[in-house]
Amino acid sequence: MRSVKKKGILADLREGLIHRLFQTSGLMVIAILLGIIALLLYTSVPAFREIGLREFLTSTRWDPTSPEKPEYGFLSMLASTIMVTIGAMVISFPLGVAVASYLSDVAAPKVREIVKPIVELLAAIPSVVVGFIGITLVGPLIARVFNLSHGLNALNGSLLLAIMALPTIISISEDSLNAVPVSYVEASLALGANPWETLIKVKIPAAASGIIASLMLGMGRAIGETMTVLMATGNARAFPSGFLQSVRTLTANIAIELGEVPYYSTHYYALFALGLVLFLITFFINLSADVILEKQKRKLQ
Amino acid sequence: MVNTNLKTVGQTKILVENLNLFYGQKQVLENINLSIPENQVTAIIGPSGCGKSSFIRALNRMNDLIPEARIEGKILIDEENIYDRDIDLVALRKKVGMVFQKPNPFPKSIFDNVAYGLKIGSNHNRADLEKIVEKSLRQAAIWEEVKDRLNQNALKLSGGQQQRLCIARALAVEPEIILFDEPCSAIDPIATARVEELIHQLKTEFTVVIVTHNMQQAARISDFTAFLWLGELIEYDRTEKIFTNPANKLTEDYVTGRFG
Amino acid sequence: MKNSVRKSSKNLRGQLTQFLGFLVLRLSVCFILFILLYFFYDIFINGHQTISWEFLSQPPRKGMTEGGIFPAIFGTFLVTLITTAIAVPLGMAAAIYLNEYARTDRLTRLIRLSIRNLAGVPSVVYGLFGVILFVNLLKLGTSVLSAGLTLALLTLPWTITASEEALKTVPDSYREGALALGATKWQMIRTNVLPYSLPGMLTGAILGLARAAGETAPIMFTGAAFYLPFLPASLRDQFMALPYHLYIMATQHHAIDKARPLAYGTALVLVVFVILFNLTAVILRSRLRGKWKN
Repeated sequence: MRSVKKKGILADLREGLIHRLFQTSGLMVIAILLGIIALLLYTSVPAFREIGLREFLTSTRWDPTSPEKPEYGFLSMLASTIMVTIGAMVISFPLGVAVASYLSDVAAPKVREIVKPIVELLAAIPSVVVGFIGITLVGPLIARVFNLSHGLNALNGSLLLAIMALPTIISISEDSLNAVPVSYVEASLALGANPWETLIKVKIPAAASGIIASLMLGMGRAIGETMTVLMATGNARAFPSGFLQSVRTLTANIAIELGEVPYYSTHYYALFALGLVLFLITFFINLSADVILEKQKRKLQ
Repeated sequence: MVNTNLKTVGQTKILVENLNLFYGQKQVLENINLSIPENQVTAIIGPSGCGKSSFIRALNRMNDLIPEARIEGKILIDEENIYDRDIDLVALRKKVGMVFQKPNPFPKSIFDNVAYGLKIGSNHNRADLEKIVEKSLRQAAIWEEVKDRLNQNALKLSGGQQQRLCIARALAVEPEIILFDEPCSAIDPIATARVEELIHQLKTEFTVVIVTHNMQQAARISDFTAFLWLGELIEYDRTEKIFTNPANKLTEDYVTGRFG
Repeated sequence: MKNSVRKSSKNLRGQLTQFLGFLVLRLSVCFILFILLYFFYDIFINGHQTISWEFLSQPPRKGMTEGGIFPAIFGTFLVTLITTAIAVPLGMAAAIYLNEYARTDRLTRLIRLSIRNLAGVPSVVYGLFGVILFVNLLKLGTSVLSAGLTLALLTLPWTITASEEALKTVPDSYREGALALGATKWQMIRTNVLPYSLPGMLTGAILGLARAAGETAPIMFTGAAFYLPFLPASLRDQFMALPYHLYIMATQHHAIDKARPLAYGTALVLVVFVILFNLTAVILRSRLRGKWKN
């Protein structure tokens, strides 16, 4: 007859301590996210105070190093970012959904097992390498096709970003298509629809919200991409007027100017304000995509 | 009223008083009162979903792992309420061993599987470990089959052997009570016979509680049988009484195979 | 009248649409595979002549128009090492908390939400964060340490996710079995969960680090240098890195044409490195799959 009462508190203390230790590592993630928000805000505030929120948000001119009158309007860069991103999505969304459909509905398991890692490899190519390809391969191609002096423009950026957003769009869309209950598919097939009709009329509509989320996450990826656009879009400061013009996105501008700016100058703070804008845009896009995916998960369960 | 006073037998090892178990909003066990005698085999029978697995998992507090599980009432083992705040879960689980439905040997060697409970608790020297491992494997009637390959991975054993290994593993920490949660549901009939024989022998040293959906099994190996139905204890008595002359109509219908 | 179920011209149209539809899907896949392979082909064709022992083992010479990339290889190796030393243990610890300890309450949901959002934060924003926190506030300066810390934050969400995936492959029966034998929670994790999930965790770590090694934006303001005649001697020194070196060689060089072969060579080294890491991870993963099921 052994008693099972506690002999001391040491063991409890030890286990409790270990628990707290792991919990702290978990909480750290929240701390990092909050830290990013806090420090970006904190460093942006002087910019808004010194420049004025109005100029920052409404001016299209960004010329911080002008000796006469430095200007800090972010609209041109925002427009460039949006333009390049939309261009990228127009290409990669249909392509991505097509590949996702192929992987989920058409490919034989063996083919799938080969194609999927290759698509994942696409996500692994460093963005600086993609940018390099933009300079050496895509740029000259665009120049030749449109008869331009060089091919470093918005179109180049869109083409490259399309490739970079593909893995995200493909994997999230494929997950959503695979999450469609088998019973839907069986019902459709039993009514005499062929697999193509089932894909188009049943599976894609049922997975629609997940596919939209994949588009948003792909967009988030494209908006935040730095090196590729920095290297391939030409970086002209003017307000974008067409896809064959050089443009400068938010990310590219930060990358170009942060290396040369004196710490704690208005210009320095202004770059963090751009960073804050960038963070907020991607944060809300990702958050919305997250909400959509959660909802879909609950609906399909 | 259920007869919980079985005065004719020896010491009460486990006394369950007014036990209620909830998973979230759902009540799984309702007001269970039961006394389980020492050195006897007590079987818990009932249709699936009646709460018998939940009941046996309350006896070594494995239900604690389920976040939404909530318990009311008392379970006294040797007159200590195991749901008291000052209970040492490690000591409890060493005292109350458990063998699971599906054999779950760890992907370690046969030796390390049996020695697992000893190694985590304290420092044993190699010679001691070897002695206890051999003793436990002998008790679990598997020593002859594995003595030449103690370093082999346990996952290579057959299902029946794996289950006896798990019994040996539970015995190695020298429990006083062993809980079996449908120990034969995942192994073949010949292996089942060996495990049943083993359980029967174990009662000389241990108090055994076994959950089974197999009524023949309960009849063959147990001394006492409790019949659970929809979370309630319908009848509890000597096994022969339950199977030959049950007091309750529901019990009779169940043991004669009219439902279940 | 009995309806025949043989193939007939009646459903010919449906079959044709299906054929064409699937053809479009197949062509999309072929298109992407073609682009990917063409990328690799282009880099290989233009880069392989540059690769030599000298290229891999020597520093750049003559204003980076000759010589090799050894300092950049070394720097990338060093910064990845620092990233690993920070991100992998932290990521594992957070994953252990989420998978083994955390209950599904609000706090846990908040942690998971933060992880998913951190994974979507643009890499240049991590760079900005690194500049404020590590370079300026913590006064680490532009150094390989600041860059490593910045990359560690960037990789953390991937490391956590991969580690949690690995923990999920360990069957619950191992956990129950250990607890039923009187193991404490930590003993159970240490002796009966971690040993079996460690290979999977490391596979995930490899993938995350391959990505970190290829990142440019987070390190270009926190520690990476244009050109350094010396290897970094301490963690407070600046360093050269492969991806940043490629960026410099491709866009910032005074003699772009002369530097082009070197840039191709650098790109090839970077790509081969990434592919090797991914291949290792894919092979490891397929070997590990289902290993613990009995």
